[in-house]
Amino acid sequence: MHLAHYLRLLHRSQTALAEAFREIRRGHPHEPDMYGVCERLAVQCGDHARRVEPFVRRYEAWTSQEPERLHRPLFAGTRPGGLGLLRDLHDLYLLATECDIACTMIAQGARGTRDDELLDVVRRCGGELAVQLSWLRTRMRHAAPQALVVAT
Amino acid sequence: MPEPIADGWGRRTPYGPPGGVERLAAALPGRLRDCLPAEIGLGSPWPVRVDILLDEGVTEADVDMWVQGVSPVHADALDIAVSDGRVVGLRGSAADRAGHGRLDPGDRHGGHADAGRLTRPLVREGGRLVESDWQTAMGRIVSRSKELLDRPGGWGRFGFYTGGRLLLEEHYTLAVIARAGIGTPHLDGGTRIWAATAAAAFTASFGADGQPGSYTDVDHCDAIALWGHDMGESRVLWERMLDRRLGPRPPAMVAVDPGDSRAAKEADVHLAVRPGTYVALADALLHELIAGNRYDPAYVDAHTVGFPEVWRVVEAYPPKRAAEICGVSAAQIEQAAEILGSSQRLVSAMFQSFYRSNQATAAACQVNNLHLLRGMLGRPGAGVFQMRPSAQHARETGVGGDLPGMRNWDNPRHVEELAELWNVDPAVVPQGPPTHAMQIFRYAEQGSIELLWISAADPAVTLPHIDRVRRTLEGADLFVVVQDTVLTETARLADVVLPAAGWAEKRGTVTGADRTVHLCDKAVEPPGEARPDLDIFLDYAGRMGLCDRDGAPLVGWHDPESAFEAWKACSKGRPCDYTGITYERLRAGGVQWPCTPSSGHGAERLYAGGRFPTEFEHCQTFGHDLATGAEWGADRYRATDPRGRAFLHAAEHEPSPEALGDGVPLYWDPVSKQPVFNVAAVPATKAAEAAEIGGEQAEGVVSLEVSQRLEEV
Repeated sequence: MHLAHYLRLLHRSQTALAEAFREIRRGHPHEPDMYGVCERLAVQCGDHARRVEPFVRRYEAWTSQEPERLHRPLFAGTRPGGLGLLRDLHDLYLLATECDIACTMIAQGARGTRDDELLDVVRRCGGELAVQLSWLRTRMRHAAPQALVVAT
Repeated sequence: MPEPIADGWGRRTPYGPPGGVERLAAALPGRLRDCLPAEIGLGSPWPVRVDILLDEGVTEADVDMWVQGVSPVHADALDIAVSDGRVVGLRGSAADRAGHGRLDPGDRHGGHADAGRLTRPLVREGGRLVESDWQTAMGRIVSRSKELLDRPGGWGRFGFYTGGRLLLEEHYTLAVIARAGIGTPHLDGGTRIWAATAAAAFTASFGADGQPGSYTDVDHCDAIALWGHDMGESRVLWERMLDRRLGPRPPAMVAVDPGDSRAAKEADVHLAVRPGTYVALADALLHELIAGNRYDPAYVDAHTVGFPEVWRVVEAYPPKRAAEICGVSAAQIEQAAEILGSSQRLVSAMFQSFYRSNQATAAACQVNNLHLLRGMLGRPGAGVFQMRPSAQHARETGVGGDLPGMRNWDNPRHVEELAELWNVDPAVVPQGPPTHAMQIFRYAEQGSIELLWISAADPAVTLPHIDRVRRTLEGADLFVVVQDTVLTETARLADVVLPAAGWAEKRGTVTGADRTVHLCDKAVEPPGEARPDLDIFLDYAGRMGLCDRDGAPLVGWHDPESAFEAWKACSKGRPCDYTGITYERLRAGGVQWPCTPSSGHGAERLYAGGRFPTEFEHCQTFGHDLATGAEWGADRYRATDPRGRAFLHAAEHEPSPEALGDGVPLYWDPVSKQPVFNVAAVPATKAAEAAEIGGEQAEGVVSLEVSQRLEEV
């Protein structure tokens, strides 16, 4: 049974995403709209990680050693400027997508183990992740024309 | 007999609500009302009181002529006294449907200055602004513009920022130049600082911006709710409410306001909530209405979507919980719910401090929810206002970040419609999303916007983060054009300053808070070489050679009336339809939109019968997440399929992310537009730093923790 590996993957990705939201806010302090939203989403991601944690423990008893290359870092710090912001948001989008699809896989696993409690948790995380992805997409759509076509 | 308003508050004129017959008549469409006897069909029982306000030493005998005008503060009709070619006073207009002859003393000098007027264009020479002429000043702007437009992505190097005090014709012309001539998404206005919240909430709830109610709702109502009251913005409406309170069968009054305003003293229930907790309060009020079965399930079923989610959220906000969050007693919340829940005709008015608070859009949506749950819309005495009367036409014409005519950025057909109207390639019109004011200044700070044109606004004083705004405007690479009546702080930093005609010095229209369009005539000549803003924009379009697809001038109008006609064509078929309004009709008094040529009058109230502009092809937005601003997009909207029903939006209370310590909210001060802390709530800290504290309770300098956001201010 490898469910714990995927739960750990989700836990790590959510923790990484929370930290990435905070980093992007610190890295782009003069963007007028980043402060409040990024902090809010960081708190949300931290909350997801906390909710997933008990299930990691619940399933790790059946789990063998973690397979290689299970977890790969997707965000390695901010870059300056308008293009940098766009690229950073792009990284976060990929990281959020990893969390989102992990939730979908775990939901399938939870059905397999008849674990309604886990199903409930990942469904809730998935719902909030969908809003995070929408926000990232919205913010990138706003930034893209100026960053890609106008800025030199 | 006109009455002077020496003490600033004129005589009270108490009155009672109209009878049942009049109320039935008021619900009829305008043209049916025309068939009724005048005393039933028209007008309002609010007594006329014609105020007069003449400058010191001036008597009525000295006045050479009275010119039809509009209040610069309230957008009500008034007459301007002219003597020897100067404005010497004002007189209320008895026939005005908004004020019934009343004036606000603030109208005399509000929004316009007599002293220190700019009379000649200025250009920067060797670091200093020197007097010049129109040819030189416009020549510089045009040569810089052409140079920028010739480069790839040239459209993105322009930014336009405008105040809300220009006339409708000027706003629309600017919108056409920016969107179709330059093709830039970087056009926004001072409305962003808070009127945008009001617009966003209306659009989110009802499908389109636009004030649902009529000022005459105050005549009919039996309860009034004031959300974040601010006297200065609404004086004439406030007088109407006070007169109802002093007459027979007065309406009950609930005031929600952190401060101790005059409205708070007048109200039967005053909820002095902690700043930034409006959502928690509104959730508790909705909780009481639903749990106590004091809502209208038939209306909710037939005319709204989203009820189960709203109940899921507000179920967790019994008055006791909200009382803890908001710092008021649960009994007071219950009392307020009793008034709101038992009224037959409820008027709500939301004010500036409400729109500048934590979770502002969500809070405003909760007030809309209250009216939807109780079916309190679209009939006499039931209405919602958001008070900033003078900026309505800015939002409609599209200088406040929206597309002209309340069109939807995300609907390609709406963008194509505009391209067709303007006869330009649809690719020229930016395919959304628009850039908001703070982002425009951010792009200018970063250097990708290289020409910033600021009209009738003083962002170097009024925007948040003014030190950075000033540094940006001072930057050598940014070409700044300022068009204003006086040498503002912003103008001092400009490369070219254009002297503009002010209030009463030009002709045009404005739209007030109950959708009434008023005509303002030119009473006096502008000083020196100052020109109406419309003429400046027309001159720019001409010199730039802005053309449509067939090589004809893009801006095909030449004066206020032809600009108004162009705007009417743009508004056709949209919620703000002006096609039945003409300058000729406006000379006889204000007309409400929507007004089509076939209707005798404008519609007095929107959303009669619970029909909302939420159809997919008609709506102004496909919606967004109230907490983050994430856009939902067309697919989700189609799936919701509102088909003319309104949206009930649920929102949890969330402490401000800009809060100090343990969740103490901060808000923007309405006057200085700087962040202010509630003194009582500032926590003691180790890493202390001196900062100025304002607010109702105290003033002075104390120590407090400075959050990261504030270190940048």
